[in-house]
This record gives sequence, C-alpha cells and structure tokens, in this order.
Amino acid sequence: MNLDAKVPEGSIEQKWTNAKFNYKLVNPANKRKYSVIVVGSGLAGAGAAATLGELGYNVKCFCYQDSPRRAHSISAQGGINAAKNYQNDGDSVHRLFYDTVKGGDFRSREANVYRLAEVSNAIIDQCVAQGVPFAREYGGMLANRSFGGAQVSRTFYARGQTGQQLLIGAYHSLSRQIGLGQVKMYNRHEMLDVVLVDGVAKGIITRNMVTGKVDRWAADAVVLATGGYSTVFFLSTNAAGCNVTAAWRAYRRGAGFANPCYTQIHPTCIPQEGEHQSKLTLMSESLRNDGRIWVPKSRETAAKIRSGEIKPSEVSEDERDYYLERKYPSFGNLAPRDISSRAAKEACDDGRGIAPTGFGVFLDFADAINRLGRDVIEERYGNLFDMYENIMGVNAYEQPMQIYPAPHYTMGGLWVDYDLQTSIPGLFAMGECNFSDHGANRLGASALMQGLADGYFVAPYVIGNYLGAEIPVGKAGKIDVNDPAFAEAENAVKEKIEKMLSIKGNSTPRSLHIELGKIMLEKCGMARDDAGLKEAIEQIKALREKFWSDLKLPGSADELNVELERAGRVADHLEFAELMCRDALDRSESCGGHFRTESQTEDGEALRDDEVFSNATVWEFKGLDQEPVKHVEKLEFDYVKPGVRSYK
Amino acid sequence: MSERNISVTLKVWRQKNASVPGAFEIYKVDSVSTSSSFLEMMDLLNEQLIEEDKDPIAFDHDCREGICGTCSMVIDGIPHGKKALQTTCQLHMRSFNDGDNITIEPYRSKPFPVMRDLIVDREPMDAIMQAGGFVDQRIGAAQDANALPISKEIADKSMDAASCIGCGACVAVCPNASAMLLTSAKVGQLNLLPQGKPEKDRRALNMVRAMDGAGFGNCTNIGECEAACPKGVSLDFIAKMNRDYAVASAKEFFGVVG
Repeated sequence: MNLDAKVPEGSIEQKWTNAKFNYKLVNPANKRKYSVIVVGSGLAGAGAAATLGELGYNVKCFCYQDSPRRAHSISAQGGINAAKNYQNDGDSVHRLFYDTVKGGDFRSREANVYRLAEVSNAIIDQCVAQGVPFAREYGGMLANRSFGGAQVSRTFYARGQTGQQLLIGAYHSLSRQIGLGQVKMYNRHEMLDVVLVDGVAKGIITRNMVTGKVDRWAADAVVLATGGYSTVFFLSTNAAGCNVTAAWRAYRRGAGFANPCYTQIHPTCIPQEGEHQSKLTLMSESLRNDGRIWVPKSRETAAKIRSGEIKPSEVSEDERDYYLERKYPSFGNLAPRDISSRAAKEACDDGRGIAPTGFGVFLDFADAINRLGRDVIEERYGNLFDMYENIMGVNAYEQPMQIYPAPHYTMGGLWVDYDLQTSIPGLFAMGECNFSDHGANRLGASALMQGLADGYFVAPYVIGNYLGAEIPVGKAGKIDVNDPAFAEAENAVKEKIEKMLSIKGNSTPRSLHIELGKIMLEKCGMARDDAGLKEAIEQIKALREKFWSDLKLPGSADELNVELERAGRVADHLEFAELMCRDALDRSESCGGHFRTESQTEDGEALRDDEVFSNATVWEFKGLDQEPVKHVEKLEFDYVKPGVRSYK
Repeated sequence: MSERNISVTLKVWRQKNASVPGAFEIYKVDSVSTSSSFLEMMDLLNEQLIEEDKDPIAFDHDCREGICGTCSMVIDGIPHGKKALQTTCQLHMRSFNDGDNITIEPYRSKPFPVMRDLIVDREPMDAIMQAGGFVDQRIGAAQDANALPISKEIADKSMDAASCIGCGACVAVCPNASAMLLTSAKVGQLNLLPQGKPEKDRRALNMVRAMDGAGFGNCTNIGECEAACPKGVSLDFIAKMNRDYAVASAKEFFGVVG
C-alpha cells in the first residue's frame, strides 16, 4: 500500500501556497467535460459539491436523507473555530495549529493541520457572505466564545445551532448550483459500493431507498464525505441513520483505514435512562463556559442523591468535588474532551456518580445564574436548557443538569494524503470520514472547521489537480457503466441484499445492533485493555455469525424497506467493529481518546509511547477470513515538539 | 423524572406505497417507559411487529434531537403533536397517560404524496430553495467577516427566521397547504441581512413563484402554521415577505428589479 503523504515542499507556512501553485489546473472551458460524484451532503459534501459545481464541473451528489439539508452536520451545537484574533487575545494561525496538534495528542499530520488553521479565517468570511447569522455584539461585530483545549476565545457561533446554520449556508450554495443544473442531487439514495476500473475509482453503486432499484453511476473522480462511525456503539450522539458503510465499502475495495480506534467520547451528554433508549443527546460543550462540573466528595452523599433522599442544592460547598477545577486548575471546566470524559468516568467508577444508574455527574449553573442573572444564561443557552427539560423533565435553571460522556465523534477514518486522496487513486475522503486533522482527540468547534475547510477550500484545488494531471481532456466523462467492474459491484450489492432477506431467522437488525453496541461500549469505549479487546473480537465474530444465520427481515428488496437499510448498515458495522478492536489492541499506548489502562501515569493520565507509536496505523483489507495487514505512516513533528500534554 | 410504564393504543395510517390506497390499523403497545421518546415507543412497536411477522411502520426520522427536520408525523391531528415548540422526536411519553388512544397519520398535503405509511415526499420544498434561497456569491470571494457590521437586532431577527428546520409542519397543518411560512423564513433571513439585499427583489419574486409552481396553496392568514412550527417561526415573516413581494412586483412592472 502506497502511503506517500505527498506533503509539499517548503516551510509549514509555505506548504499550502506552494501546493496550490504546483497543482495542475483544468481550463474553464474544459471543466464541464469532467464529472465528479460526491457522496454525502454535510458540511464537507455539500461544500465540495457546491464549490465544484460552481467551478463548472458536472457534479452528482448523493445522500440517504430526503433532502441534503438534513445531513448530520446540522446537529453540531457549539461553534466553529477560526484564528481571526478579533478578541485581541493572542490568537494566530500558528496558535490554532499548535492547539490542534497538541489537542490531538501529537497523532496528526502537521502539514494538514496547518492548512486547516490557515484556511479557517476564510471559512468565517465565506459563511458571513452566505448569510449565516452568527452571533454579534451591539457594535455589529462578530461575537466569540471559548471552547475546551484553548486559552483564547476563537469560537464563532449562532446560538446553540451553529452546525445547523453552517449546514444551511452550504445548502444555500448547493441549492443554487442544483437550480443552475450544475449539480444533480439524488436524495434517498444510499451508496453501497465503490467501483474501481483498473484500480482507479470510477463510480459507485447506490440503492434507491424508495423503489429499491440498484443503480450504477460513473464519474472521473469520487468524493466520499460520509461522516463518522460512532453508531458502532449503537447509542451515540449521532443521527440514527449515520453509518460506516461508505467508508467500509471503500476499505474493502482497497482503501487504507487509519486509526479506527480513535473515537471521541463527549463529556457533556444526557445520561442513559433505560433499555428503550435509541440515542444519547449531546449538550453543547459551550455549557462548560458557565457550568461547573461536580460530584459529592463522599460516596454516601452520592448514594443519597441517587435515591432522592437529598437534593443536590442541599449539598454544601465543602462537600462538593469540582474535580476538573481541582485537577486541572488552569483549564478547569474547559479541559479537553478526552480528559473531561475520563475524569467523569473515574468519579463514577469511584461510586460518586449521581444519576439513578450511577453514571452521571452534575453540570451546575447556580453560580453563573447568581453572577450573571438568569436572563444572560437564557440568552446564551436557552435552547439547550429547553432541550434538557424536554428529555429529562427537569428545569436546569433550578436544578443542576446531569451529564455523562457518550460516543460522539470519530477521529479515525479513511487514510488520505495531503491532497485528501485515499490509497485508491481517484477516491477522495473529506470531513469526518477521513483521518487527517484531529489526531487522537478532536478539540471542540473544530469539526465544523474541518468539514468546511475540506469542502470549500481544499476540494476545488485537489480535485482539479487530480483531473488535470491524471485524466486527459479527451477521456474526460467517458467511463462506461457497462464495464465488467460495474456489473461485478452491482451483483455483489444485490447478492448481499438477497442473502440478508433469505435468512429468515429470529433476530431483528436492531436487536443485533444493540448487542454490538454493548460489546463496543464495554470493551472498546472510554477504557480499553488487552484481555477485554481480545474478548470483544471473539464476541464480535460470534455476533457476526449470528447475524448471517439468524437475521429476521420483513418485506422485500424492491420497496421502501427501512429494516433492510438498517440490516445492511449493521452488517458493515459488525465487520468494522472487529477492525476497531484490532487497532485498539495493537496500539498498546494511551493517547487522546484512546485510553489503554495498561498505559497510564501515576495520577491516571494517558501515557503515550512516542518511540513506538508516533505514527498513524493504516489497515489493508485482505478478506474477511484473513487478518488485515498493518501499515504505518510515520509522523514527523518539526514545528510542535511532542511533550506531555498538560492542562494543569 | 419518576419513570413508570404505560400502555397506549395507536391508530396508525398504513399504506404500502403511493399507488395503492391506505387504511388505519389499530395497535396496542404495552410496557412503554414514560421516559422514552415517542419515536422510541414506535421503535418498540416495530420490533413487536417484526416478531409477529408483520410489516413494521415506516416513518422518517434521523437526528432525534429536534434539529434535522426529518421526523414528520401528525399526532392526534397536529403535526409533531399537541405540545408547542417541539418536533415529534422530542415528544416524550411522559406527556401521555396510561390507556391513551393516539392517532398517527402522515402529513396530508397535496404537494407531499405518501411514499409509505408515515413517510411523505417533501422534495417540493427543496425546489423553492433552489429558486432563490441563497446569496449569489462565489465561494472564496468573500471580504473580511467584520468588514460589514450588522447590528445585533438585525442579526438576531435573521437568526429567528433561520431557525426554520424545513420539516414542512407549516404546510401539513395549513388548510390551503401553503408553504408561506417556510418560504418567508428563508426570504426573511436573507433579505434582512446586508449580504442578501442586492437580490432582495429577485429572491422574493422567484421563491414565491417557485412555491406556487410546486403546487403549494396560498396564504389566507389562518395562522395554524405558526402554532404548529416546532421552532416558533413568526407569522411576521409572512407579512414581511408580502411587502417584499409587492415592492418587487411593482419594480418588475417598471423594469427595475434589484
């Protein structure tokens, strides 16, 4: 597997400039001859489709939802980072770059992260020009807030709905191109395979989710912008439809999968209440600007809170443990996500959790309400407090919120080079579905930044370069869907569907997904160890066998069949989960969101092993009955020297 | 937060696809935790139906936190149920009592044909957006974000309009199947901002015409849409769009559309 990252020459500040100059261009009159497929319509997908359409390429964009405006980017709440330094508090491109590399626990590629920081300012300019109504100050200037892992205020926001507003901004641009006929949009189409002709990505296979029709689509380049894989845990903050299928199918066709074990467990989510639950709801990290996190100092007090014997407000100040402020005084409640999550788990494992299940800590606004007044808190977080009351039936202005970490974002993904090209030529991966920018832990408000950076500002250059360099104008747009490679992929998709429908066993897809989620959360969640991971791998294999021998599906292939869609996604999760555990087993160090209990410091912090693991692990598929082959991309740190990641 | 289990009886619209007639069916669901969401209750029923070798009920849903706008059913006659300012996915079973009868239907509007059971086709809403729901601006050509101050009041008002999630409840609840609230929310968001001003007239004309062209009805000031809107988008935006449209029509007559 060729893992040449193709990092451009020059100093880190010059790399993107040099790359852009050296990239091949496609003459404006020739662009319409080239076709590009974009799968996914979130920030990265809609951004890329709109940008490429605007440049004049023929774009086809696919999404499984009923409209591109529903992609899961919409659920991001808190904000988007940029190095504008409008606050005059010492921010710069270099600082955003530094914070992101450090936040990722020194497991990301420096050159990619620098580019991300470099284009961050243009993103804000672009969004404002699109009509995104960011929060503003009375003087008319943009407002900022702070987020975890940074000591400057660089986060731009639109109430608690920043993801929604940015996605709708991208949807504006995409809609404009659809209206102009530059982008053809295919809603309710699920991508089920990538097609390679002579080793180069030339198209995809989709299933029309309304009619069940399986179709072939050809293009000169294929962009996957299909999001993360947190639904492998069943319960996560992701939308119900999010899945790993597109990325997994690419992996099975030869694309390297990098660092699948890097998953982010978000510290501020509403705790699980019961077995009926279908998702975990995130409460924005921005709440940690004003909320204070605590548990009682004693187990006895915690037990009394759990049983309802006493109210949280009856616990006196000196009986409370504001554990983040105690352990990390300089970052306090704004410690990065991985660290905050583990600290919550530690407190609950110690028997001091306060939710009925024992897995929950308080996020308390009483001090902030006293200091600023209820009006200010309502203005800042009103919709989040409403959301909390809807779900929990509790007024958080009067009682502290209960929160607990939940699976959220996945830093691992398809391996890509500097040009966001996977190890399959012509196949690109953008946004959360690639592995490149966040290392082993993503900082808050950086996912939106990466999605839009990839879609608006990287895609037009790297796709243009690929088309200009690799596909002569005479051959542009001349891919034949009657090529045997398309027939083979289409048949494989159909066979899988038929096979699932023919089992007629007793286990529903949902019940199997729930079983998988439990294994993953327990053994490959916030803390992982050698024995547990080995057990998990065996359990996953057994569950996969159960799937293929005992699956129960209603209906047929040629109709709108929700359970069939679900089953296909669960089948891929059951294969992917094993790779995730293998990767977690192989990486015997702790770093960022990946915590191996065998590798920790005396006070329980993640202990990296830079000698052995200063790299990205990239897995190559060799068949389901064989172990995947491990490859390594060595990571070089020329600008940010790896150190102990201290937030104390 | 006191959790308990209840039983409910559902009367649900079942329809195999757009070309066959549908009918109501009755289902009893037991052991529903009051802390579960309405859609989790539907999940429970569907698992039950699959076990009984029956077809599960198809319904649209995705984020399950009230922001994506995918969930769409009509509960006891009201899109997203009777609680104000909520989507179906945010409705929790603690709002119901043991023994309740609940009627669940798809959106029933001519522009939204039923695809299966509770799933309807809402693509005509996208067609309205494609006609003018954007700022005609090249990606990468923007000036510095702070170069153009926007007063907090205007930014906030624009944000009020922009909080529309495009669920279509306003259309479903309207006796005329009008999409005025949805359309005016987009026109309002963009026409308020300096960035949207240059195309203010064209936007109002094109989006209203696309709305009519897609088969949505006219507004007769009934106001059901505002009451059903899970995000509280105000009728004022319809009034504002009507003004923008009137001005634009007059300018069009004299050939000076901006």
